Amino acid sequence: MGIKIVSRQLSGEYEKVLRREQRSFMTGNEVVAWAALAAGADLMYGYPITPQNEIMHYWARLTPHFGRGFLQTEDEMSAGFAMPGGALVGKKTFSATAGPGNILMQEPIAMAEMMRIPGVWIIQQRGGPSTATVIYSQQELRLTATGGNGEGLRIVYSTASHQELFEYTIKAFNSAWRYRFPTFVLGDGYQAKMREAVTLFRPENRGWELVPAEPILCLPGVPARDRDPVHLRNTFNLEEELYTRLMDQLAVYERIAPEVTEWEAEVPPEPEVLLVAHGIVARAARQAKESLNRQGWKVGYFRPVTVRPFPGQALRQIAAASPNLRLLVVESAYGQLLAMVKAELYGLTNPVDSLLKPGVGITAEEIAAAVDQTEEGEAVS
Amino acid sequence: MTEGQKPVLQETPGNTKLPLSWRKETKPHRFCPGCGHGIALKALGEVVDELGILDRVLYGCDIGCSLLSWDFFNFDNIQTHHGRTIPVIVGAKRARPELIGIAYMGDGGGYAIGAQHLVNAAQRGEKITAILANNTLYAMTGGQMAPTTLPGQKTGTTPYGREEAKTGLPMLGPELVAAIAPEGSYVARATVGEYQQLKKYLQKALLNQMTGGGFSFVEVLSTCPTNWRTNAKQTWAFLQGEMPRYYKVGEFRTADAPPGEEEG
Repeated sequence: MGIKIVSRQLSGEYEKVLRREQRSFMTGNEVVAWAALAAGADLMYGYPITPQNEIMHYWARLTPHFGRGFLQTEDEMSAGFAMPGGALVGKKTFSATAGPGNILMQEPIAMAEMMRIPGVWIIQQRGGPSTATVIYSQQELRLTATGGNGEGLRIVYSTASHQELFEYTIKAFNSAWRYRFPTFVLGDGYQAKMREAVTLFRPENRGWELVPAEPILCLPGVPARDRDPVHLRNTFNLEEELYTRLMDQLAVYERIAPEVTEWEAEVPPEPEVLLVAHGIVARAARQAKESLNRQGWKVGYFRPVTVRPFPGQALRQIAAASPNLRLLVVESAYGQLLAMVKAELYGLTNPVDSLLKPGVGITAEEIAAAVDQTEEGEAVS
Repeated sequence: MTEGQKPVLQETPGNTKLPLSWRKETKPHRFCPGCGHGIALKALGEVVDELGILDRVLYGCDIGCSLLSWDFFNFDNIQTHHGRTIPVIVGAKRARPELIGIAYMGDGGGYAIGAQHLVNAAQRGEKITAILANNTLYAMTGGQMAPTTLPGQKTGTTPYGREEAKTGLPMLGPELVAAIAPEGSYVARATVGEYQQLKKYLQKALLNQMTGGGFSFVEVLSTCPTNWRTNAKQTWAFLQGEMPRYYKVGEFRTADAPPGEEEG
């Protein structure tokens, strides 16, 4: 009884945090838990791995006051497979993981892709390969965007600030349940662990529509009497069966890609250098751009916000407009973003340089120095 | 039961009727002649009919031969792989506790690649019903050794017979689950050779979930003449003669008795 009263009081206090829209100072993991709450997430199925653990901690602390659910499973595969279980019967489910956990999570994510089951995954990248560091990297870009034994029919938002962690987590729930493709917020250990100012809010108060979760299985009625039974499988007998199904799904993905794709671009007239970076490195890139602009450099900046689908067309247009524009791809990985950029620029003659530092952070000063070097014609990477 | 004795199945009155929860449009089913899955699923269908829970069942099947049951029933189905049918059903059951979740799998999924799910769902007392067909090998992949393969049994990966020193003894799933599952769990081993008993165990397993008792687990000794390379008589002899030497049929945990007091 006592617990219930406390619970109601706490619930009111928590409600106020969202309603007041106060500026808060908190870690990125805490922000994600609040965002999931604000997005109407029903259940988190999770397994501990650094640096995402506090998402589970805060969610587990918040959920009893809001009638939401949490289960710590035996591993990431169990968490990942429990998610579609919940989603299929009409609940919004999510998980968070990193590194080796992200690898294990690819098995259920591939199933969600094949069967188009919605779900949201928060990835707080750590160093790789294998267990490596618990700290930071951007080495899970490729795995998150295209991992699994298929074509990567996913939506991946790469965030760069706590405000974005909050807003894109809410958006990820909407995209997942609107389009029925697995959806990701690709953060990193720095974003997970550092404290930063953020304004939490109720999405409804800002006119944001929350896409409802509809059950796919176990709808009302007696199957075979009131309705047909729903039989879902992800195994096919014939090549053609798979091909037909997959081509339909690819067509849907390609149709929705233009409205899902997001990017940031700031390009001065007659640009000499275009910095290309995603996630938290894009913040350093932007800072470098501004400092170089003040020194008279004609430096632009391009940041894919969705790394899948990749804003290739937008990037290609910028590059094609200035054939001498030199691109400098900057990432805390060894060529994962670079490969995506090069694939999109295929056939163009723009020089592409890179600053690649797998598993470590990159400062604005390092990027500015790298721009200097590329202008002198030295290979950066 | 000794070789040559009449199968119980033929003595069951009304056994030619298809359960209402069977989907007639997908019959005849896709299992090989002599496969035990059809018998186990017939029993499950009849029990669902008798309990009147057709509108509440969510059925999950796994990869391997169990996946051939994906459109077998009139209740909703989700097919997955590697024993993950347990977490999928757990995920659904926790989301909608009014549903009756059934996770159906083979011995490879439940005892090898997905063993952690069976162990932990049992340990947590998840309110689902897991049914595992034990036919002593991986069938759909072409008859490899499973954790349940009998000593000396020849399979694709034990061409000279399973050697205990190299690959151990048959996995005793219900015994394992019975040892770790909390109070209120139901654990049994049935066989497709004893149809009425199989039905009774499945019914108790579902009732245990319906009354909120806890985790329910039934292993079903099953047949695979295709990979055993046996004729009907040899198949029956293996099921009724060889398998019970290692696998004790009976109830290991029931809701109304504390752990360790049941006898098969």
